[in-house]
Amino acid sequence: MSRLIETRGLSVQLGSTEVLSGVDFHIDRGEIVTIVGPNGSGKSTLLRAIIGAVKPSAGQISRAPGLRIGYVPQRLHIDPTLPITVARFLGLPRRVSRARAAAALDKAGVPDLAERQMAGLSGGQFQRVLLARALLDKPDLLLLDEATQGLDQPGSAAFYRQIEEVRREMGCAVLMVSHELHVVMSASDRVVCLNGHVCCHGTPEIVASAPEYRALFGTGTQGALALYRHDHNHTHDAGCGHDHTHANENEAAQ
Amino acid sequence: MMLDSFLIRAALAGLGVALAAAPLGCFVVWRRMAYFGDATAHASILGVALALSFDVSVFAGVLAVSLAMATTVSTLSGRGYAMDTLLGVLAHSALAFGLVAVSFLQGIRIDLMGYLFGDILAVGKPDLAMIWGGAAMVLALVAWRWSALLTATLNPDLAYASGIDPKREQMVLTLALALVVAVAIKVVGVLLIAAMLIVPAAAARPFARTPEVMAVMAAVIGGVSALGGLQAAFVFDTPTGPTIVCVAAVLFAVASLIDLIRRAVA
Repeated sequence: MSRLIETRGLSVQLGSTEVLSGVDFHIDRGEIVTIVGPNGSGKSTLLRAIIGAVKPSAGQISRAPGLRIGYVPQRLHIDPTLPITVARFLGLPRRVSRARAAAALDKAGVPDLAERQMAGLSGGQFQRVLLARALLDKPDLLLLDEATQGLDQPGSAAFYRQIEEVRREMGCAVLMVSHELHVVMSASDRVVCLNGHVCCHGTPEIVASAPEYRALFGTGTQGALALYRHDHNHTHDAGCGHDHTHANENEAAQ
Repeated sequence: MMLDSFLIRAALAGLGVALAAAPLGCFVVWRRMAYFGDATAHASILGVALALSFDVSVFAGVLAVSLAMATTVSTLSGRGYAMDTLLGVLAHSALAFGLVAVSFLQGIRIDLMGYLFGDILAVGKPDLAMIWGGAAMVLALVAWRWSALLTATLNPDLAYASGIDPKREQMVLTLALALVVAVAIKVVGVLLIAAMLIVPAAAARPFARTPEVMAVMAAVIGGVSALGGLQAAFVFDTPTGPTIVCVAAVLFAVASLIDLIRRAVA
């Protein structure tokens, strides 16, 4: 299996804080890998280091030669003074033909949006347009940074189904960061639990039962694990991790 | 010859500035850099004073000081300072220091009003060459970097992922801004340069669906303001620089009104 990205001993310093220290990480062709971790654990920083937006303070990142990365950022605020249609947005920074733009929008599940203004899209449509843009170059690796933030639960579930479909169709590897453990873990080949360093990694089941993971996510993981096993009869006890997240999401969506 | 008429020269100077300011002004608006433009423009009066005291060309002095100011501001902005306050401090203190510096220049008769509000009717052939040379450079620079600038404006991480360094694009904007200031000082003066950047771009916004259309429309509105302002100043015997900005402001008001009515009807 060919390595797409490999980091060895990767450390990143932002200001005076060391956000990542000694991270060994890799992703191979066609894999779906999810990074989980509490807020401030350096998940997004790892992704940003991979795209070259932050410089490592130690260690190295090696990329497969000619690697094409499609990046879906966490949140994108477009200033209301900037008029831009979906079609024009897809053509940045390199112009693409109408047909290619239409094909990418189709793959992302929003075929009819080309002439709409970016500012007029709903949260779910916006994320799909970002996905379409990431798919334009037929990437070997799709990077998703909390791509469903601000979507409600059905919306984000639909979004992840779309990702799975895209991977089936295009065969690209997917590296995603998410706090929605139950949704993303079920679709992942491997899970990496991050908290400044790699706490534990492996298949979703191995990670979910690892003591390091339980220490980070507490009792809420039982709910997540139950969902992962597609058991919908579990109870949402107060303080349950994903239940909390869900409430926050609804707020963000309003 | 055509260029022998001071009115023709003034018209061409105004058009040159409007053309250069329009696309750059769009970026100033999109990136919320209005104060940044102010600080750079206000600092240029210090450039005038330095140029006169060291006996170098005003264009060179203004360009150097504007560039220094723009670089300072753009460096600081990356370091998490409270930019709003910092820019307010820098913009006005640069102006104050410039005015004080000018007062030290004894023996040189300096037309301070000319630098503060512009003196478009006094534009000579060498000025005209400089204005159009500078404008052409700004337009070439912005056209060359257009897609990269837009991507970096949308989101820095998106730019990195596409192999664009947003910091480099910021430097391109900084350089273009300093050039526009140096070019525009003769036409609208230090105090109103930022208006030529922002007002036409803001007036163009309601009618544009893409960034490119907005830039072209801003250029048209800027050009109409320059010519209309020149004409109005001639008729009403008012100072030309401020009159140009007044016309641009009226066009902005009309554009906003049309937008408002259109929204109410729709």
